[in-house]
Amino acid sequence: MKISYYPGCTLKTKAANLEAAAVASLAVLGVEVEEIDRWNCCGAVFSLTADDLIHQVGPVRNLVRAKEKGADQLVTLCSMCYNTLARANRIVRDDTVKRDTINRFMDDEIDYAGEVEVVHMLTFLAREVGWQKIREAVKVPLTGLRVSPYYGCTLQRPADVGIEPFGSFSLMTGLLEALGATVVPFAAADTCCGSYQVLNGEGGAKSTAAVIINDAAQAGAEALATSCPLCEYNLGKRQEQLITSGQVEAPVPTFYFTQLLAVALGVAPESCLFDLNDAASLALLKNKNCLVAA
Amino acid sequence: MCDADNTTTKKTIRVATGDRAILPEGAKTIPVYIMGKKYEVPETLTIMKAMEYAGFKFLRGAGCRGGICGACPTVYRMAGDYKLHFGLACQTVVEADMYLAQIPFFPANRAEYNIEEIGGAAEAIHALYPELFRCVACNLCTKACPMDVDVLGYISALKQGNIKKAAELSFDCIQCGLCASRCMGEIPQYHIAQLARRVYGRYIQPRAEHLQKRVGEIESGKYDAMLQELSAMSKEDLEKCYVEREREPDLAPPGTWQPKETRYL
Ligand code: SF4
Ligand code: SF4
Ligand code: FES
Repeated sequence: MKISYYPGCTLKTKAANLEAAAVASLAVLGVEVEEIDRWNCCGAVFSLTADDLIHQVGPVRNLVRAKEKGADQLVTLCSMCYNTLARANRIVRDDTVKRDTINRFMDDEIDYAGEVEVVHMLTFLAREVGWQKIREAVKVPLTGLRVSPYYGCTLQRPADVGIEPFGSFSLMTGLLEALGATVVPFAAADTCCGSYQVLNGEGGAKSTAAVIINDAAQAGAEALATSCPLCEYNLGKRQEQLITSGQVEAPVPTFYFTQLLAVALGVAPESCLFDLNDAASLALLKNKNCLVAA
Repeated sequence: MCDADNTTTKKTIRVATGDRAILPEGAKTIPVYIMGKKYEVPETLTIMKAMEYAGFKFLRGAGCRGGICGACPTVYRMAGDYKLHFGLACQTVVEADMYLAQIPFFPANRAEYNIEEIGGAAEAIHALYPELFRCVACNLCTKACPMDVDVLGYISALKQGNIKKAAELSFDCIQCGLCASRCMGEIPQYHIAQLARRVYGRYIQPRAEHLQKRVGEIESGKYDAMLQELSAMSKEDLEKCYVEREREPDLAPPGTWQPKETRYL
């Protein structure tokens, strides 16, 4: 099996661990990953201004790149890229007036009418690989690791692009269970991590992140799984500060779901780039015997 | 550039020589519009020659006249068409009903830095040019580039932290500034690309060890005797030496050819 893949800028820099673990896992699962040529930034945040179509040009251009390659699906990993690409795709598919305007402006590209489906990796794994096959491929089951699936905002909202209905976490739950982990549901699984509020002032973002981490800990989780670099930044990279300031009691290491998948499939920890996670992450996996023997 | 002298009109076609335009016998003239004013110019000329033919004199906005210095970017439209076109005045041949405007300089922000201090990480480039992140992928820059550089491609590569890719994609850039003149994000693309190539050369690209070795050999005097030998030769001997010299065949695969005379190796 071969997929067309859109990485996104952050996955080439600060969140290289999200991508590296995914690519290594897919290789184990026999999926060939073909990164689309000449991709550009997705825009990161979907523009809500109805008549400001220039902000749809970036995401649509990436979908054109996939169409040019003959792909009918474009798989992506980052929650925000997924959201931005999928929503731009909806506009082009459903709104013929806006579609024409965008196509006319992009006179340097082939016409695009929403032919490519934007697919999040979790959906891809559930639909095209299947939990059964993943269960069979597991080499180091994550037995005894208590993980909360954390979706944040952009995987489920708005409903017409959500990877599953609001309030349901079955995809990440299905994956984590297939890997042998104990899934710990918690109330803040779709609470905003604070997002870019951190740029306006640290206080607000910190307190919302603290609510999420404490809620997961109270539910009994010892780790969080996410698919978003911004969530990982607010919940993971800044967790130490939250502990120092007393807003969070005990660490709850934050992982990308692809890293948990990779270690369970027996991928060497070095290939999962844990040095980009908070320091407690790798230590937890070692403690729980979740790493393949060196 | 300075103003046209108004003696050149449709009626008096001048045949110019030397560094002025040469009008071949029987050549037709065509109308072009320079800063909105109509001139009849010979159809075979470049925009630059045509402007000179029309009486303009380039004090700025011309350099190499060979398509490599980037001094002569031109924006033009064809009468009746909304589409903007871009080219180098010294390379683009005039067509009838062109509306021409020279953009010898575009005010693009250029950051100050000391290449020895900034380090080789993409974050340094991001910090010097935060406007990089204003790109909306409109691709107007790429469409404007007279060198067919994938400008959006190198801007994207830099956002992705890929300095090597940006350096390679922007290699043909001649710093003309047309990309910046079109940018929706007010990004000085070409200055950022130049920084990327400098960072690539200083921190990322492997050092040319063979070059260092050779410089060392030269400095240690290895070639002094050969040079003295050559300098002391008579003109006749030198000519003979030159004619009889061994030469690597043009298509010899690299590393396969050895001269018979190995004294100088
Ligand atoms: S990249 Fe910009 S400055 Fe460089 S040649 Fe192209 S248009 Fe000119
Ligand atoms: S013109 Fe500016 S905003 Fe448009 S693609 Fe180029 S760099 Fe990006
Ligand atoms: S004069 Fe140098 S590029 Fe035209």
